Amino acid sequence: MIRAEGIFKQFGDQEVLKGIDFTFEAGKTNLIIGRSGAGKTVLLKILVGLYPPTQGRVWFNDIDYTNLDKKGILAIRKEVGMLFQGNALFDSMTIEENIRFPMDMFTRMTAKEKQIRVDEVLDRVSLGGVNPKYPSEISGGMQKRVGIARAIVLKPKYLFCDEPNSGLDPKTSITIDELISDITNEENITTIINTHDMNSVMEIGENICLLKAGKLAWKGNKDQVLGTDNKELDAFIFASPFLQKLVEAAKKNGKTTLENL
Amino acid sequence: MKLRYLSDLGKFVLWQKEVFRKPENWGMYYKELIRQMYDIGIGSLPIVLLIAIFLGAVTVVQFYYQMEGTLIPPYYIGYIVRDMMIIELAPMVTCLVLAGNVGSTMAAEIGGMRQKEHIDAMEIMGLNTSSYLIMPKLIAAAYVVPLLVCVAAVVGITGGYLASVPAGLFTQAEYVQGLRAFFIPFNVVMMLVKSVTFAIILVSVSCFQGYFVKGGSIELGAASTRAVVYSDILILLADYFIVVLLTQ
Repeated sequence: MIRAEGIFKQFGDQEVLKGIDFTFEAGKTNLIIGRSGAGKTVLLKILVGLYPPTQGRVWFNDIDYTNLDKKGILAIRKEVGMLFQGNALFDSMTIEENIRFPMDMFTRMTAKEKQIRVDEVLDRVSLGGVNPKYPSEISGGMQKRVGIARAIVLKPKYLFCDEPNSGLDPKTSITIDELISDITNEENITTIINTHDMNSVMEIGENICLLKAGKLAWKGNKDQVLGTDNKELDAFIFASPFLQKLVEAAKKNGKTTLENL
Repeated sequence: MKLRYLSDLGKFVLWQKEVFRKPENWGMYYKELIRQMYDIGIGSLPIVLLIAIFLGAVTVVQFYYQMEGTLIPPYYIGYIVRDMMIIELAPMVTCLVLAGNVGSTMAAEIGGMRQKEHIDAMEIMGLNTSSYLIMPKLIAAAYVVPLLVCVAAVVGITGGYLASVPAGLFTQAEYVQGLRAFFIPFNVVMMLVKSVTFAIILVSVSCFQGYFVKGGSIELGAASTRAVVYSDILILLADYFIVVLLTQ
């Protein structure tokens, strides 16, 4: 479990987060959703420790991550895997070297054990055989999967994903979502995903927080999304003109609730 | 503006604590050290050789032009070239060139890693990126740059020979006599002190500029330029202070 407690974040005069309190549940796919500029990435980076909060605390179970010394932070980080929006794959290394890097750096595994683990995680993300290729030689969707493989190679307890669907077509996005969700369940990882993709919300959102202008606007899960009367959530969901037209059409047909759609 | 320089200086000083932290994995640091040694040493060798040979050649021809017809014996030119290369030209010019070549590359490489979130990715893995990305470069430069400077000094002296003896400015015996005259071994120590100091300056300034870069490609280009300019200024300043300190 990861808990954000009264998180404020200010960059110069700009207050990006204004007192976020939220619990990201253990072993679940937790989603941070909201429009661009709502503060999702900043919150994710605070949770993972890349930004310090201006005020507030982040708890990893009963450990106050914001007040840990360097050693404590490193200990927590060894339990964390992260998929970055731009993948952050080291482009001068092959896919295999990218995935092996955390093992080379932090484990005493033999070369054979590392090779087995690399093949294992690549197979898990359905990318067996791409080992000798460079990141620039594979597609964006494959790069995301390599990013996931690298994030889980050390069997983390926590997985953070920053916009895992950005730049992907809807079908590939669904594949990535399913992959993250499956891995979360199989490995019992606490996953936190930052997204504005409604497909992700409806498919894998086991615990969701909606941010609006740096504040928590709604919390719930995918089953509660359609039944809510929260205006902020409605505005977020129906931002798409296509969906607005669907709603209008439904209303014309006498269907007034979202569930009727 | 002045406050920014002071703030950067403070940040740089505090950053050193992170740079010299104990490595997480000595083997990986060693691998990186060897890679950096190769990049700095072998990568810069052609340009260093080219510049050194012409430095020596120009120095000899220039001094021959100025001393021709005077009562100063011709072998003095060999002596002058030797000492100029050892004391000043080899360490300073080599390091100014390296600041432009190696320094800008390091700033761009580390800055690019910052912008592509590679540094964040390594931090999340639990790696001390200040140490992993900078320390091997510093140690590699502190070892390799003095070697490059020694090579530059020898090649410069050879360049002087090639520009003078075959052209008939004076005889081989006179040049060699000059090279062997009034030799002070301490000058070599001064050359090595300078080259280690300049190496540390150019690597730490360049890496600092790259590591803390913010913004996009324009800012990365600016950081790369700043790396070269600041390194050059600090190398010139350090050169003066080392000379003052070691020759008193």
